[in-house]
Amino acid sequence: MSTPIDDALYLDAIAEVTWKELVGASGLPESEMIELVRYGAIVPRDPDAPTWTFEARWLAVAKTASRIRRDFELDAHAVSVVLCYVERIQRLEVELRALRAKLG
Amino acid sequence: MKYKDYYAILGVNKEATPDEIKTAYRKLARKYHPDVSQEKDAEAKFKEMSEAYETLKDPEKRAAYDQLGSHRPGEEFRPSPDWGRQFSETFSGGGGGFEDLDLSSLFAGLAGRQGRRGAGPGAGNYPMPGSDYEAVVRLSFMQAFHGTEVDLELSALEWTQDGGMRRVPHHVKTRIPPGVANGEKLRVPGKGGKGMNGGPDGDLYLDIEVAEHPVYRASGRDIYIDLPLTPWEAVLGTSVRLPTPAGAVTLKVPPGTRAGQELRLSGRGMKRGSGAAGHLHAVVRIDVPTVVDDKQKALYQQLADSSNFDPRAQLEREGAA
Repeated sequence: MSTPIDDALYLDAIAEVTWKELVGASGLPESEMIELVRYGAIVPRDPDAPTWTFEARWLAVAKTASRIRRDFELDAHAVSVVLCYVERIQRLEVELRALRAKLG
Repeated sequence: MKYKDYYAILGVNKEATPDEIKTAYRKLARKYHPDVSQEKDAEAKFKEMSEAYETLKDPEKRAAYDQLGSHRPGEEFRPSPDWGRQFSETFSGGGGGFEDLDLSSLFAGLAGRQGRRGAGPGAGNYPMPGSDYEAVVRLSFMQAFHGTEVDLELSALEWTQDGGMRRVPHHVKTRIPPGVANGEKLRVPGKGGKGMNGGPDGDLYLDIEVAEHPVYRASGRDIYIDLPLTPWEAVLGTSVRLPTPAGAVTLKVPPGTRAGQELRLSGRGMKRGSGAAGHLHAVVRIDVPTVVDDKQKALYQQLADSSNFDPRAQLEREGAA
């Protein structure tokens, strides 16, 4: 019997995930995820909506948050600060790659 | 299984206090954490030290580890029957079944047993979601451009019904969509660990690594390629055959094209999902012949004598101001 083939999906701004999916993927307690949202480290599509939904790219951020929380033994506020720097580094790396692509 | 000296990995001695172990781990974590480190092999080193810390920070695990005795790092060993009997209540795989486990899996099993006593995996009959898996997928530039199918053979740790852990082979075939970028993460829903008691299966996350291509350079959805021209092609204009990932095209180079100028081919970049494709940018490079014969040299001299073109005029003017 042949192995079924599954589609790998982009984690981008078009795809959407629920709050439950995001919390489940992060592996963090829901209370800590709520703190990360409060600190602005993770942003719902509509923070005032009765049920939060998120761009799928936040899955990768939530997983990074969980890793940083566990590996550095940080609290949620410290994680939100580190995430801010990680995002900044990633943005700079994208710019650097773009410049290198242009310059050859 | 292979022995690992967890104390040496963290750089502490066997009598180290919990505080000394924590400090040693934190110091190394700052240096080797994959999210912040630029050290070579940071990821592998971090994995090793995390494994050491997970065991040594827990008094119960540390006592069990110490009871394994001293061996050389990398030396093959098996826990003694006494060790198995002493810790069989604590560890999965106790009672003698250590063949399929490595040292980290052996100690990870403790969490399962603790879980049985508390609220972790294996506790009660309420639904438990499966764990997420993560795998690195290395693609060529062309595979990333066109999309591809990959077969993954994973070896995953899974909880057993009695709260222990075991290694299980996990074969996944997945379709990578076109247009993925180096460093991007993709998700394959439901292809992680099995959920328990009706809980949902975990997801598989793929960390994409795209190899450099000798000709193409990707930047988001755009692709860059160097376009070498001769001086006379740049001055007079020409048509050149240009390779692109989707097939060669004819590119018209206008007269008076300068070095560094980008000639854009719309829609010839990465195509991703339902969005518009990026562009292909041909970056002009003007190459000169390094060897010229007498006739060519004379022609260049004739050109130099008849031209009043001064590429350094602006430099002269603004450099003195």
